[in-house]
Amino acid sequence: MRQVAIYGKGGIGKSTTTQNLTAGLGEMGKHIMIVGCDPKADSTRLILGGLAQKTVLDTLREEGEDIDLDYIMKNGFSNIRCVESGGPEPGVGCAGRGIITSINLLEQLGAYTEDLDYVFYDVLGDVVCGGFAMPIREGKAQEIYIVASGEMMALYAANNISKGIHKYALTGGVRLGGIICNSRKVDGEAELVSAFARELGSQMIHFVPRDNMVQRAEINKKTVIDFEPDANQANEYRALANKIDENDMFVIPKPMKQERLEELLMEHGLMDI
Amino acid sequence: MSVVEKVLDQYSSKVYKNRKEHIVTVDKNDKNEIATNVRTIPGIITQRGCCFAGCKGVVLGPIKDAFIIVHGPIGCSYYTWGTRRHKAKKEENVDNYLQYCFSTDMQEADIVFGGEKKLKKAVQEAMDLFHPSTIMICSTCPVGLIGDDIHAVARWAEQEYGIKCIAFSCEGYKGVSQSAGHHIANNQLVRYVIGEGDRESKTKFAINILGEYNIGGDGWEVERLLKRIGYEVIATFTGDSSMEDLKNAHQANLSLVQCHRSINYIAELIETKYGIPWMKINFIGVEGTIKSLRNIAKYFNDPELTERTEAVIADELDLIEEDMAYYKTKLKGKTAAIYVGGSRAHHYQFLLNDLGVHTILAGHEFGHREEYEGREVIPFVKPDADSKNIESITVSPDPEKFHVYLSEEDLNRLREEKFLNYYGGMVKDMHDGTYMVDDLNHFETEEFLKLLKPDIFFSGIKDKFVAQKGGTLSRQLHSYDYSGPYSCFRGAVNFARDVTMGIYTPAWSYVKAPWKSAPILEGTMGGDKAC
Repeated sequence: MRQVAIYGKGGIGKSTTTQNLTAGLGEMGKHIMIVGCDPKADSTRLILGGLAQKTVLDTLREEGEDIDLDYIMKNGFSNIRCVESGGPEPGVGCAGRGIITSINLLEQLGAYTEDLDYVFYDVLGDVVCGGFAMPIREGKAQEIYIVASGEMMALYAANNISKGIHKYALTGGVRLGGIICNSRKVDGEAELVSAFARELGSQMIHFVPRDNMVQRAEINKKTVIDFEPDANQANEYRALANKIDENDMFVIPKPMKQERLEELLMEHGLMDI
Repeated sequence: MSVVEKVLDQYSSKVYKNRKEHIVTVDKNDKNEIATNVRTIPGIITQRGCCFAGCKGVVLGPIKDAFIIVHGPIGCSYYTWGTRRHKAKKEENVDNYLQYCFSTDMQEADIVFGGEKKLKKAVQEAMDLFHPSTIMICSTCPVGLIGDDIHAVARWAEQEYGIKCIAFSCEGYKGVSQSAGHHIANNQLVRYVIGEGDRESKTKFAINILGEYNIGGDGWEVERLLKRIGYEVIATFTGDSSMEDLKNAHQANLSLVQCHRSINYIAELIETKYGIPWMKINFIGVEGTIKSLRNIAKYFNDPELTERTEAVIADELDLIEEDMAYYKTKLKGKTAAIYVGGSRAHHYQFLLNDLGVHTILAGHEFGHREEYEGREVIPFVKPDADSKNIESITVSPDPEKFHVYLSEEDLNRLREEKFLNYYGGMVKDMHDGTYMVDDLNHFETEEFLKLLKPDIFFSGIKDKFVAQKGGTLSRQLHSYDYSGPYSCFRGAVNFARDVTMGIYTPAWSYVKAPWKSAPILEGTMGGDKAC
């Protein structure tokens, strides 16, 4: 079982990418579980065709109720198992603690079955506290992909996340598998992200072009592979799925200093804009 | 090697450097500067408490009609339930919640989703079941981490129910000891309680007793004595107090300060705001009590009051002199070590002195430098990040309630004479060659006891039994081991009796472990007797 965590700046397209890519893996006949680690609980919407299941933490909140795995896990497209950790509404409680509680509970309930080829953790935003690092602690996700674009703040966030990975890589076994470029159509984007990934000691595993097809599929609560299997964009996600399935480059990232990051952006002409 | 060197010698160099600043061998010709109020080194078994203990446990706990809800998981509330022996009497039309223990009992889901709803529910339940006029909300560590807005809940409760509801952000992790909690409690009492009452004082001899928590009934004894002389006790902070008393504290003409550490903020703030000067007094020990009573009379400067003071002193003395003389014959020449609080390690030296017991080591858990060296060092104390992290409030004179008893000239003179607004700290009452140890830890306790061999070790529940199993009598000065009161004249006799009973109990001769005096295994080796 490969456990994979997807990180990246807020709004960069982590959930969209994760679901489209797992749809690709699903097509290949892999057994997959997605664990959404976002209090909004919208990480599995495209696979399930809408917000359907109860979150792990909601079941915990209801006192005395017997928790059953079926209650919180639903199968979607390609039999992908979907779980949403859930969490508090914005501004209250502790979402980080929620993720820890929820992953522990999933383990207790026996969600991690032998037949699974992949478990994907779709984690919100940056690694802001211990709770959001839960999926990459020892015994959980062993490989991480960061979703980024050629925009400065996306790379800045990716660099920050690498710092978090670096910390846990030294104590646990977690490694960076690569940067997924989710294109924003910035000039020289592929080169910049490639150079950025190399600097970290890693790779740009795939360049996902920008296509309105993604938007259309999303409105229909579907992944592109499900919505329009013959579309060019569907093939892009299949390619990404393939590359991840065959990936053998797992590194401890070398995060950059702020100055070096800015230099890199300069080299690739971002400052000319 | 000196005693201190022998104790410190076993530390690593880093710990050695830190701890040596906390230990002073008293030398009257020296500065006797001591390091205090800083973080305990991780790994050291400290006896200190936390911010929550200082706020809820010490300062707020004794207010009998304050309905205190501890917001957090159950442990903080349960394990502080009734442990501090601050007593209170039933009063007509005043609620008494001291026997109760109220907590929101937060569960994992409350941590994840936030605990404000549960706290509101707790307030509702409190109102339905008990109808309190005052609710206090004290937060514990996890509440600070997840950011529940307890102050907003307090405002809601005030509007919803028309009661007084005060929130205290006294999470245990704040500050370096319980001292931070005292400060937080003091701030809120000045902000939201003192000055709200309109109960006129009946006499001009109106006083507050600050820093007296009525442990084992100490406060009752102090009040009895003061009332006998003719004083009107407006409010005691906070032993056996009611909210109504505390609200009227601004009516007093003098504040007496017993425990300087836990209440000096209130003493100073209500002087600025209402014009009430404060005087450090000490009702522990016969000589200390007499001196305190005379000083108070001197402040009010009334011939009749002074006369009554002397009459009461003579009468109280008459009642106890014979007993004290007897106990003194039993205790004279004994030695003691004291490790407690932020004031008691000083106060009890007076009482021990009355009994001929010599204090050879004294230390505070949470005292600041002024409690050791006197308030004259305050300008030289550099506040660090930990103390700056605790809110410090300022007040200005209240145009309506500000009042003066003495003329500005007299006040200034008394302040200059260090008669008012001054505390000299404990070093001035200690002999050369004795030791002051701040934040005395478990290891040092055992080492000092071994080296100094005091006859009695006055401390608390955390180290009492370590001492006693080693053969040294230990009495708890936090809780008085179910005894008390120990204050004033009659209390002194109680104390002398308890200590004498402890010292003369035959148990100490049985403490030596059997293997120290005889072999516990016998056997033979190769036909010869081995041991």
